Amino acid sequence: MPSLDRLIAGLVLAVSVVLGTAAAEAHPHVWIVAKSELIYAPDGTITAVRHAWTFDDMFSTYALQGIETKVKGAYSREELAPLAQTNVESLKEYAYFTFAKGDGKKQKFTEPVDYFLEYKDSALTLHFTLPVKTPFKARQLSLEVFDPTYFIDFQFAEKEPIKLVGAAADCKMQFERPNDGTAAAQKLGEQNFLDGSAGNFALMFANKITVDCP
Amino acid sequence: MTPIASRVMRGLAVSAAVLAAFAVLDGAVHALLAQNPFGAPRAAEPQGGIVGWLLAKQSEFYREISATIRAAKSDGSAVWTLLAISFAYGIFHAAGPGHGKAVISSYMVANRETARRGIVLSFASALMQSLVAVLIVGICAWLLNATAKTMCGAEKAIEIASYALIAAFGARLVWVKGGGFLRALQLPRPALAMAGAHQHDHDHHAHGHHDHGHQHHHRHAHDDHDHGHDHEHDAQHVHDEHCGHSHGPTPAELAGPGGWRRGLGAILTVGIRPCSGAILVLVFALAQGLFWAGIAATFVMGLGTAITVAAIALVAVSARGVAERLSAARDGGGMVIMRGLEFAAAGLVLLFGLGLLFGYVAAERATCL
Repeated sequence: MPSLDRLIAGLVLAVSVVLGTAAAEAHPHVWIVAKSELIYAPDGTITAVRHAWTFDDMFSTYALQGIETKVKGAYSREELAPLAQTNVESLKEYAYFTFAKGDGKKQKFTEPVDYFLEYKDSALTLHFTLPVKTPFKARQLSLEVFDPTYFIDFQFAEKEPIKLVGAAADCKMQFERPNDGTAAAQKLGEQNFLDGSAGNFALMFANKITVDCP
Repeated sequence: MTPIASRVMRGLAVSAAVLAAFAVLDGAVHALLAQNPFGAPRAAEPQGGIVGWLLAKQSEFYREISATIRAAKSDGSAVWTLLAISFAYGIFHAAGPGHGKAVISSYMVANRETARRGIVLSFASALMQSLVAVLIVGICAWLLNATAKTMCGAEKAIEIASYALIAAFGARLVWVKGGGFLRALQLPRPALAMAGAHQHDHDHHAHGHHDHGHQHHHRHAHDDHDHGHDHEHDAQHVHDEHCGHSHGPTPAELAGPGGWRRGLGAILTVGIRPCSGAILVLVFALAQGLFWAGIAATFVMGLGTAITVAAIALVAVSARGVAERLSAARDGGGMVIMRGLEFAAAGLVLLFGLGLLFGYVAAERATCL
């Protein structure tokens, strides 16, 4: 019945407008200042991504809630170990907010290793290494770090945001920060949603790293 | 095409159009409140500067909260700044993601609520939201000194419960409104007046089973004698006998005990889930030894949220009013349109709840790290 189609179309439109607006106006609750390293093996394969993520002070305080310490206000690496464990375990659900492609092909990571937390200047920094599931060689590597739901705002550090460790000398790295005008990003996000590509709107907030190795 | 089929089609089409118009209006209000120009992406143009600045402000308000709480430790007057920022943040925040306004405005349309009730519902649910946030942090962090993991786990459990509640609330509305819609469809137009009389009897019969009183409001709309009552049933009443009666409660009904109970479902559904931002602020304030300031900030935030949600609810009520006037102009078919609209709004609540529950819809989620 054509009118039923119209009713459904109306509903779909209503739902997408309401939710599209919702998605586009999300704002972050956690801020992370990130530094990342790309680890290369001597033969030029990419083996891991090493992150150091510093949380904002409000989230740091929240995360530290209920953690007992010997010295008040000072947290040792050991005292923070259970929290670091929780962090990396929780991050799994979000694919570690790290999305890599080798020559256009999606790459997977295994569970993090060498993870620990550091507390300095009332901020927590989470260090962890994400091993690539199957180390790969790529003429072009792309790495994106972002939260698709934009609950977390990822910003790379001003100084040395990305380091290539052990990469061949002729590899060239390009780093693109997210569109800083949140307004522009969110407007585009809205458009994407209406175009039916809602899943990608957060790419606007992505930090894009591209490494070209001839 | 038979006359009945064409009437059904017309009814459905108009319902869809009105609902879509309402949704667009709702979106436009968000856009207005969030200072987000709707559509037409014109990235990085200078005039986007003010808009961009305002949008950035929304998230800046939130970031400033932590700095202000820190400042309040040494300078008590910073608490006033904290409250002002929290209020502004609440207003902007409700315009953004969140289930509250979607549920309340759809409920307003589905359940023929008055503007005044919309305001009351918005404020009551925002108050409850604040209260839940304070209780979670008060019990988990302050009393039990639980870790963030435990607290976030509690938050997530509540979140899932709230999504299930939205779906259940929507399912109930669909059940009730679907019945009314179907009955409205089945009534042949010339028989409407007769049917009204018949339903009238039925209602009186039904009253015998209720132990609480109903006020009846009679309204005459064209040829059908509208008549009936509109009430949220307590859990034990699973049936509803709207039976195609159209009427809205008067503000006087608000005062009665039944008036409060009626909206309780909506208040609970919306209010049970705290905003994760409020929880972060509360824990931070607690750690700074200024829990009371965090609590004050949370309630002021809720006040801001309530204002925005109430504004959106008012838009929903007026959209409904317009639809009612428009549909009243066509004899007989108007009732089908209104019942269809209510049914559609009820369906929207159900879809929204299911979407949240099964992850098709990403509202602001509690992200535990």
